[in-house]
Amino acid sequence: MMLSKQIENFLRALGKPLVAFLMSLGKLSVFIVRAVYHALTPPIYFKNFIKQVLEMGFYSVPVVGLTTIFAGMVIALQTYSGFSKYGAESAVANVVLISVTRELAPVLSALMVAGRIGAAMAAEIGTMKVTEQLDALVTLSTNPFKYLFAPRLWAGLCVLPLLVLFGDVIGVFGGYVVGVYKLGFNPANYINSTIENLEAIGIISGLIKAAVFGFIISLMGCYNGYKSKGGAQGVGQATTNAVVSASILVLIFNYLITEIFFAK
Amino acid sequence: MSDIKISIRDLKKSFGRKTVLNGVDLDIEQGESFVVIGGSGAGKSVLIKCIQGLLTPDSGSIQIDGVETTDNSNFNQKDMHAKMGMLFQGGALFDSLSVWENVAFALLENQKTPRDLAKVEAIRVLRQVGLAPDVADLYPSELSGGMQKRVGLARAIITKPEIIFFDEPTTGLDPIMADVINDLIVESAKGLGATTLTITHDMASVKKIADKVAMLYQGKIIWQGTVKEMEKTDNPYVVQFVSGSAQGPIKVEV
Ligand SMILES: Nc1ncnc2c1ncn2[C@@H]1O[C@H](COP(=O)(O)OP(=O)(O)O)[C@@H](O)[C@H]1O
Ligand SMILES: [Mg+2]
Repeated sequence: MMLSKQIENFLRALGKPLVAFLMSLGKLSVFIVRAVYHALTPPIYFKNFIKQVLEMGFYSVPVVGLTTIFAGMVIALQTYSGFSKYGAESAVANVVLISVTRELAPVLSALMVAGRIGAAMAAEIGTMKVTEQLDALVTLSTNPFKYLFAPRLWAGLCVLPLLVLFGDVIGVFGGYVVGVYKLGFNPANYINSTIENLEAIGIISGLIKAAVFGFIISLMGCYNGYKSKGGAQGVGQATTNAVVSASILVLIFNYLITEIFFAK
Repeated sequence: MSDIKISIRDLKKSFGRKTVLNGVDLDIEQGESFVVIGGSGAGKSVLIKCIQGLLTPDSGSIQIDGVETTDNSNFNQKDMHAKMGMLFQGGALFDSLSVWENVAFALLENQKTPRDLAKVEAIRVLRQVGLAPDVADLYPSELSGGMQKRVGLARAIITKPEIIFFDEPTTGLDPIMADVINDLIVESAKGLGATTLTITHDMASVKKIADKVAMLYQGKIIWQGTVKEMEKTDNPYVVQFVSGSAQGPIKVEV
């Protein structure tokens, strides 16, 4: 009797937040299924896709370039100071290459894009929601999932890998700059070591990560915007939620994908 | 079939524990200008959104041209929206599109009209609602409230819909601009022979545009009749609402 009462109380206390959590997980799942379904079926709004690609891609180039060049530079410096100076040239080139292509370029680019694009997306869609523009779309026989969300999801999926490929090059270049001009390595040897150590799996895993991260960023931007309510404050909340949830999910999925590719 | 365009029976809608519509019955005849009045938060917008399928009612029946819209199986929402137009309370113009792209949205996206033809048509309808052609290339954020209403109206009527919904068309406008919008509503509805459902709490607007009036209170239609009948009725709720008095049976929840 006593015990069952205690268990009941415990479950009660647990119940409310748990139910709330499961509810929001359910809502997110429904949203994902709908979004993916509509992203794969016509009509496809190609013009909106191109617009999003430009918005996400083109204007993110400087941010990604700056982030990755400094990441590559700092890794070169740290590797040199941390490892034995014997054979440093090859070690530095290799560590820069691996860390930039496998981790730093995808993760840092995704976090920067989440802050820049994910926030803007949630704000735009949230504003459309609270000013009834999403309702207006429906009354004009246009599905917001197809017109607004699908182009953004596709853009995220396609653009992030391109940005990361660019980030790979810039990041490795950053390492080269520090190696050659600061640490005094021989340029030809540094380039040779980089090319020798180049491996497909590092680059490819990084690009796959990028595609997943791009999808996550767009998804969180659209989802949080879509469910925002109650005017300007609700839109602000949606924007914050989009950035925080996208950033956390990026880090979680980064680990999971790394585990799939590299765990022995 | 009779000439009933929209028929609503025992419509119910709640949000959580809050009941908004609690058994609404309404018949709107073909070609009629029907106005629903009621206080802020009475559920007028919810009623319109249920009719358009933007909200799913909990129970009850909504028939448009005799077709049940709450039953998804033999009913196509896109076909229904193709014969409707809506003027939203805040305009709901798309910020990212220019004025003429807003007005011509249905032509561009659904009817695949070429852009140059769509623009000509948009400018024609803009003129019809009293806007000069050079407004066409502006963006909604560059317009005043009254101009935004006009653009919203142009977007609602460009497809020559059979049914037009107006959600508080005069709220937030000065009395003169409100009167201009009322005239435009009457003109465009008569011109198209459309059936219109307007929701408002602006009595001047009611007197100007309504063929028939119904009052929504506590989730139900508590009275309906013509404008003349409304002015003569002794229904205490309607009397209080029409005279805009704080004294009476209607309790304002603060
Ligand atoms: N999507 C929604 N979720 C929860 N509550 C809502 C929603 N839409 C409307 N309501 C509530 O329903 C009530 C009626 O709203 P509404 O129809 O907008 O009133 P009005 O008659 O002023 O147009 C309000 O109390 C509002 O808070
Ligand atoms: Mg309203």
